[in-house]
Amino acid sequence: MIPLIPLVTASEVAFWVCAPISIVCALIFLLSRKPIHSAIAMAGVMVSLAVLYAAQDAPFLFVIQIVVYTGAILMMFLFVVMLIGIDSLDSVVETLKGHRIAASLVALGVGILLISAVGQFTMGGQPAGLAAANAEYGGNIPSLANKLFGEYVFLFEASAALLITAAVGAMVLAHGERLKKKMSQLDEADARVRRYAETGEHPGPLPSSGVFARHNAISIPALLPDGSIAEKSVSKTLTMRGVVVDVDELRAPTSTAYQALEGRTDELEGDDE
Amino acid sequence: MNPEGFLVLSAILFTIGLAGFLLRRNAIIAFLSIELMLNATNLAFVAFARFHGNLDGLVAAFFVMVVAAAEVVIGLAIIVAVYRSRRSASVDDANLMKL
Amino acid sequence: MQLLESVSAMSSTGLMVWLLVAIPLASAAFLLLAGKITDGWGHLLGTLAPIASFVLGLVLFLQLLGSPGDDRAINVDLYQWIATGNWTIELGFLVDQLSILFVLLVTGVGSLIHVYSIGYMAHDERRRRFFAYLNLFIAAMLVLVLANNYLVLFLGWEGVGLASFLLISFWAHRPSAAAAGNKAFIVNRVGDLGLSMAVFTMLAMFGSVRFEEVNAGVANLSPTWVTLIGFFLLLGACGKSAQVPLQSWLLDAMEGPTPVSALIHAATMVTAGVYLVVRSHVIYEAAPIATTAVAIVGTVTLLAGAWIGTSKDDIKKVLAGSTMSQIGYMMLAAGLGPVGASFAIFHLITHGFFKANMFLGAGSVMHGMNDDVNMRHYGALAGPMKITALTFGMGYLAIIGFPFFAGFYSKDHIIEAAFQQNTVYGVLALIGAGITAYYMTRLMMMTFFGKKRWEDGVEPHESPLVMTVPLIVLAILSVVAGLFMNGWIQDWLAPTTGQEPHNTPLVHFTTIGLLTLAVVAVGVAIGWFLHKGDIPREAPATKNPLVHAGRNDLYGDALNEHVIIRPAKGLSAGLGAFDRGVADGAVMGSAAVAAGVGEWFRKLQNGYVRSYGLTAGVGLLALAVVVLIGQLA
Repeated sequence: MIPLIPLVTASEVAFWVCAPISIVCALIFLLSRKPIHSAIAMAGVMVSLAVLYAAQDAPFLFVIQIVVYTGAILMMFLFVVMLIGIDSLDSVVETLKGHRIAASLVALGVGILLISAVGQFTMGGQPAGLAAANAEYGGNIPSLANKLFGEYVFLFEASAALLITAAVGAMVLAHGERLKKKMSQLDEADARVRRYAETGEHPGPLPSSGVFARHNAISIPALLPDGSIAEKSVSKTLTMRGVVVDVDELRAPTSTAYQALEGRTDELEGDDE
Repeated sequence: MNPEGFLVLSAILFTIGLAGFLLRRNAIIAFLSIELMLNATNLAFVAFARFHGNLDGLVAAFFVMVVAAAEVVIGLAIIVAVYRSRRSASVDDANLMKL
Repeated sequence: MQLLESVSAMSSTGLMVWLLVAIPLASAAFLLLAGKITDGWGHLLGTLAPIASFVLGLVLFLQLLGSPGDDRAINVDLYQWIATGNWTIELGFLVDQLSILFVLLVTGVGSLIHVYSIGYMAHDERRRRFFAYLNLFIAAMLVLVLANNYLVLFLGWEGVGLASFLLISFWAHRPSAAAAGNKAFIVNRVGDLGLSMAVFTMLAMFGSVRFEEVNAGVANLSPTWVTLIGFFLLLGACGKSAQVPLQSWLLDAMEGPTPVSALIHAATMVTAGVYLVVRSHVIYEAAPIATTAVAIVGTVTLLAGAWIGTSKDDIKKVLAGSTMSQIGYMMLAAGLGPVGASFAIFHLITHGFFKANMFLGAGSVMHGMNDDVNMRHYGALAGPMKITALTFGMGYLAIIGFPFFAGFYSKDHIIEAAFQQNTVYGVLALIGAGITAYYMTRLMMMTFFGKKRWEDGVEPHESPLVMTVPLIVLAILSVVAGLFMNGWIQDWLAPTTGQEPHNTPLVHFTTIGLLTLAVVAVGVAIGWFLHKGDIPREAPATKNPLVHAGRNDLYGDALNEHVIIRPAKGLSAGLGAFDRGVADGAVMGSAAVAAGVGEWFRKLQNGYVRSYGLTAGVGLLALAVVVLIGQLA
């Protein structure tokens, strides 16, 4: 059977679908001002690259790319982005004089050179394909394993040492020096009592939020015995946001009910007389 | 299909990565740009492996990933450490390496 | 190892020669390294070392005495010291008629002075160190006189210079002593330059510095070079022996403890120059001009020293001037050629005895006078210090050349020889003898006779036995040494000085001898007459330019200042200006260019990692372009 479009293969389809996606994602990565957007765009690039690996008879790398790269490494980046800079925007103003133009020119120059070099260089003919190489040990993964644990075993072991060193290094870098002695519970109790003696600060826990007949959310202030509001019973953040419920409003139905009840009592007593 | 397309794609991605590294000030993004460049080379490796019918290119890509993983661990630790001491993730703020 | 093997393979004589030097050296090293634990008994060990060396030297001497005349030189090569290219230099010793006399003088007088120092330095807390330095000096001096080549001689030469420096500035807490040590060291450097130039020239000309090879090679060398070597050696001798024009350090060197003055700056080290000239007599025989220069230097110095001696009030400085003068006699004798060489050594040895005697006597006087050195504060010390006065008197008679005392033989020989050579030398030497008689009489009169002029609270007393015994021994030697050695020494030294032996009778009163005695008598008479009366406690102000010059060391320091130091400073200033203007200008200019360029490039180093990345990108681009162009081409 002669195919309708004889030269189009699955590989080509994958390429023409994924290549634009990856380029667009890369451009989004480059141009977006929020780090989180850049990271997500990067995930797009990596996944499309994974597909391209799969399209080139490299199923092992396809899996690795998704599991290790996109799944682990990129997620780690996301963690760090969340940790330190989710709100930070890159400023539009370039601080280094002429840097943006120079950097663009260099990048453009390198790109042109690379592309023209690749364009100059015609491979000639169809690729050999990995089918034969894969078939030798019964599949892509066994064949790669043969390479890794045979020809490249020392490199493999060296990379293991590298990973261990990196892990230790990360722990060393992340280790924060404790500058003060850790406060024990007893010390904290002492400090609280001392503060009470010196500044009159209340040593006990903060008052809990108010509990009303119909409401007990944390945005509801508690009432002191004299009927005034205990300021500390509501989180400052909520106070600043202005979401604290007005106590009088809350008390209104109760007051109404009490008034009604009192009116009724008066009525009944009046009947008795 | 011919590997030229993959190679051109690889070159484009590499260039974007380079531009990102040079232009972006956020340390994490600059770092991600490096990852992008590494991925671009990986793509070239895979394309060449397929063209030559040789698994060595895949092995090389594999090792690039391993090294990238180690690098990411250390690099992110450094970024976090710098952030902890200077409350900033901008590479421009860490500019003490001058007179 | 090589050393041990060569020692074990050595004959007993060789072993003795080796031990001769090694014992005091080891003692010095031990005393210096062992530190305070030897404080209690270090001085005794330090005294035993030169005595042991003296015994060894005596045995060697008797051995030489017993062997036939031609076989009296023992050469001991210890080991190869330097082997480079065509030059091999052994560390070797030569025991011959000349060096054995020096060995006996150095170790004998040295031992006596060590004994004396036990008493003299009894109250000094650094006494152990003092003895260590003295031992170091003995060892270095023995290396100097025993060397069988000029380089080993130079080793000893520098060693005694070091010991001299250490001992002059032994009381370095006194600024004057520290300065005197430095001065001696620096002035000696000038002389050492001469000796080292001589050694270099010998190496270049003969390819060897061994005495016999140098002596053999002189015959084939052009007279110019021989004369040059002679002058170099003379410069070295002038530095070490405090001869004009390098005399200025010796008077200041009296800042050292008196035993040091006696041993180093009277008896032994300062005579090393004479030894050098005598040892190099073959060179001087081939260089008449240099020989004449030696004689002239000697004559000038003998007069200059005597002049200084007449006008000083410091007893040690008088003796120092006298030492200069007497060494001048020796140099004169050495400069008279073969006929005078043995007389030079003869006078050197007798001078070693009587001058050490007098220095130690002066030390004894100072000991009794609370270390006061001003003779105007002495007077009538013959009463309380009988032994010192008597022994000093022996030395006095010996130095003025009283008949049958040591100096009578040794000095008269020199004067006679000078007359034979050249009447001018003779007359000047004769005048020197008269002045010697005058200033020594002056010293005696001011110190031991006349009226008491003591400081309040000073009670002169005789020194302890440990100090007087060496005085007595040296006094006896001052008396008899001339009698014993007269005549014999010329025979003995004939093989090493090239002099034909000719005996001079013990009792010889030639015309010149009688003339000398007359001049000496006049000098004594003047000295007695001028100082028999009251002597003011302060030096009287005088307009006499001769006295002024003498009191100021003949303006030696001023001369150095004007002739050497100022021009050197001027030259240095000029060179400094040149250096700052031209050399530094070039350097600073290029530095400024580099700094300017650096300042410009510095902008690249702005600390921003992205800039560095950009630089790397530019580099990558450039590399890629180059590669592409290379591909296309």
